[in-house]
Amino acid sequence: MNDFLALRKKALDEWQELQHAPEPVIYIGMGSCGIASGAGKVWDRASEILHQEKIPAKLLKVGCIGPCYLEPLVDIQKPGFPRVSFNNVDEQRLSKLIPEYILNGTSKMKPLGYLGDPVEVPDGIKSLWELPMLKEQKRIVLRNCGIIDPESITHYMARDGFSGLLKAFNLGAEGVIEEVKVAGLRGRGGAGFPTHKKWQLCHDAPGSKKYLICNADEGDPGAFMNRSLMEGDPFALLEGMIIAAYAIQAHQGYIYIRAEYPLAIERLKIAIAQLHRHHLLGKDILKTGFSFNIQIKEGAGAFVCGEETALIASLEGRRGMPRSRPPYPSSSGLNGCPTNINNVETLATIPAIFREGGQAFAGIGSKSSKGTKTFALVGKIRRTGLIEVPMGTTLRKIIYDIGGGSRKAFKAVQTGGPSGGCLSKEFLDLPVDYESLSGAGSIMGSGGLIVMDEDTCMVDVAKYFLKFTSQESCGKCTPCRIGTRQMVEVLEKITRGDAEPGDIQMLEEIAGTVRDGSLCGLGQTAPNPVLTTLKYFKEEYEAHIENQRCPAAVCRDLVEYSVIKEKCTGCQRCVDVCPTGAITGPRSEPHYLDLEKCIKCRACYEICRFDAIAGDAIIIK
Amino acid sequence: MAGSIPLIIEKYEPRDKGNLIQILQDVQRTEGYIPREAVEKISSHLWISKSEVFGVASFYSQFKFNPPGRHSIKICLGTACHVQGGDFLLNALKSVIDISPNETTEDGRFDLDRVACLGCCALAPVVMIDETIYSNMSVIKLKETLNQYE
Repeated sequence: MNDFLALRKKALDEWQELQHAPEPVIYIGMGSCGIASGAGKVWDRASEILHQEKIPAKLLKVGCIGPCYLEPLVDIQKPGFPRVSFNNVDEQRLSKLIPEYILNGTSKMKPLGYLGDPVEVPDGIKSLWELPMLKEQKRIVLRNCGIIDPESITHYMARDGFSGLLKAFNLGAEGVIEEVKVAGLRGRGGAGFPTHKKWQLCHDAPGSKKYLICNADEGDPGAFMNRSLMEGDPFALLEGMIIAAYAIQAHQGYIYIRAEYPLAIERLKIAIAQLHRHHLLGKDILKTGFSFNIQIKEGAGAFVCGEETALIASLEGRRGMPRSRPPYPSSSGLNGCPTNINNVETLATIPAIFREGGQAFAGIGSKSSKGTKTFALVGKIRRTGLIEVPMGTTLRKIIYDIGGGSRKAFKAVQTGGPSGGCLSKEFLDLPVDYESLSGAGSIMGSGGLIVMDEDTCMVDVAKYFLKFTSQESCGKCTPCRIGTRQMVEVLEKITRGDAEPGDIQMLEEIAGTVRDGSLCGLGQTAPNPVLTTLKYFKEEYEAHIENQRCPAAVCRDLVEYSVIKEKCTGCQRCVDVCPTGAITGPRSEPHYLDLEKCIKCRACYEICRFDAIAGDAIIIK
Repeated sequence: MAGSIPLIIEKYEPRDKGNLIQILQDVQRTEGYIPREAVEKISSHLWISKSEVFGVASFYSQFKFNPPGRHSIKICLGTACHVQGGDFLLNALKSVIDISPNETTEDGRFDLDRVACLGCCALAPVVMIDETIYSNMSVIKLKETLNQYE
């Protein structure tokens, strides 16, 4: 324990030193999304500039603070000033920014805001947390993301890291479960099962060997909350896992993580090694007598492995096929031993509950859903990224106040991934919690919020999800294996314009069979995207069926591309971009589109809108 | 290359089939795919039938059974990418490099794959070529990007 306290003191000192560093410090957001936006090149360029200009500055990588649309994000902290953030910094902008801001003191680039204490805030710069996207958020799980170096345990400790763990150890296993009960935490993987109940069941189950599994197989397409969290603050997850393992008295833990998340895997590995070094993992943790190890297991790409019994099968080296329950994993899970499985976000929330107290946590959120929830805000929306809001926040607040709304007319928001549903604008004032969403026919899910506008065809979206579930169905239950496939075929008929009367009823009938006749959540919820779009967007189905028309001009077989001769300036941009050579014509003369060759890939339409002189000479009807 | 397969497999405990997926992942990491011969070697090492090894390997979308191209293109078809036109991108790409998903071009330059989600949804549509993720892609950007890969 004394070692731990000494380490914490050292961490605090180091953190203070960093905040008041005598030389400038440059922080670069290096999450996967930052890197995809070019943060890796920005990092290389920054080291080059510092070397060339002989600027004695420190370069640090941090995780993602959330507003992905502003990536790459670069913060610069000059001696005596707070951290000031700059957005969309590419290599070119950086080459100007560093000398201007560090050497000359001012920069033409407008700063986004400052972070930390306003020691001496340069003129007119507001706190970063005043940004519309960040202002309405409440960050508990994401509190360290984008702030600390995710590869440094001292940074985590300096921000009260592991103080929750110390409190948990003082409470004893039963006390830990009681505290989680007081907090009212429910599973963040989607179903919302009370966490303390799960823990209690596993704790009470007979058996000396028990396992804890963290489900990091974030399979919902359109969701990346867990990835960002593990990349930005892997320690919070690990601390939560130690507390959970202590509560159920498990000595071996696994993180089952998607292989598509290499950066998260790397950072977790680094973090686990650091925890071992400081006796926070391994034998006799902090001399409490409690031992616990964590191993990372990479998934191999199967959506169904998000289901707990399928996940266990996969961990055991078998095909990831669910089995019927009971027995529940809490009594017979991995290798037949009692096993507790929690989602990444659930586990990463645990340290906060112990740090701040279960009561305080229960004070946040709505009546039935406590605390906060992270959401991946994506699709046709102005400000995309990762957010965290109290449970019970309305969709309107999330989409408009935080996300800035969609550019074109808002049509729908999809929650809960392939198991969820599409909600129309009538539901904008719906508070987001487990009960309200399932009442509307959707589910909370793990937290993907995909916004759709007038350019999105809802029948196509339903088809997309059903295609996904039919491909990912493990094949065990016939209604799911065959039923989802049949539904795809009917939807394909509709989007081709070949629908017959009675097809909608057929969809509804198959949906019922798939829902009632499947063993696991994948099949039981697979019809949701079809049922909700049928319920809230029936007129779109009717337009496809009765008039062979796709109102959003998405369904390929129902639209035709054409060049308006009067408008075409013959700039040849579309000729260059067409992948099949369907557009021809000499420069400065109206182009000709060969419908035989056209694969309707939209490339010409988009280039005409954004890069060509005419602007709207190509239309889709 | 193929000589390294026994070395990979030997690292794992014989007859412990709990490691099957990890072994397959290791083989794919070095070989780029799961060759027939690897299935045989794994089967005799773990004391399970070849059909069971293949059954597990073919269940998971990560495993490939054809040699990959020099560069791997993964086109993301997650929900956000779909809504932002990922499907249109795939359609155009199929014409440009003249192969369908799970195939390799004749000259061995590219192989093409569709993935469910790369987790960069806020930057959709995204395409991953080898280890690099390209964000906010369009057909023209993709065509230009492909030129960088020989």
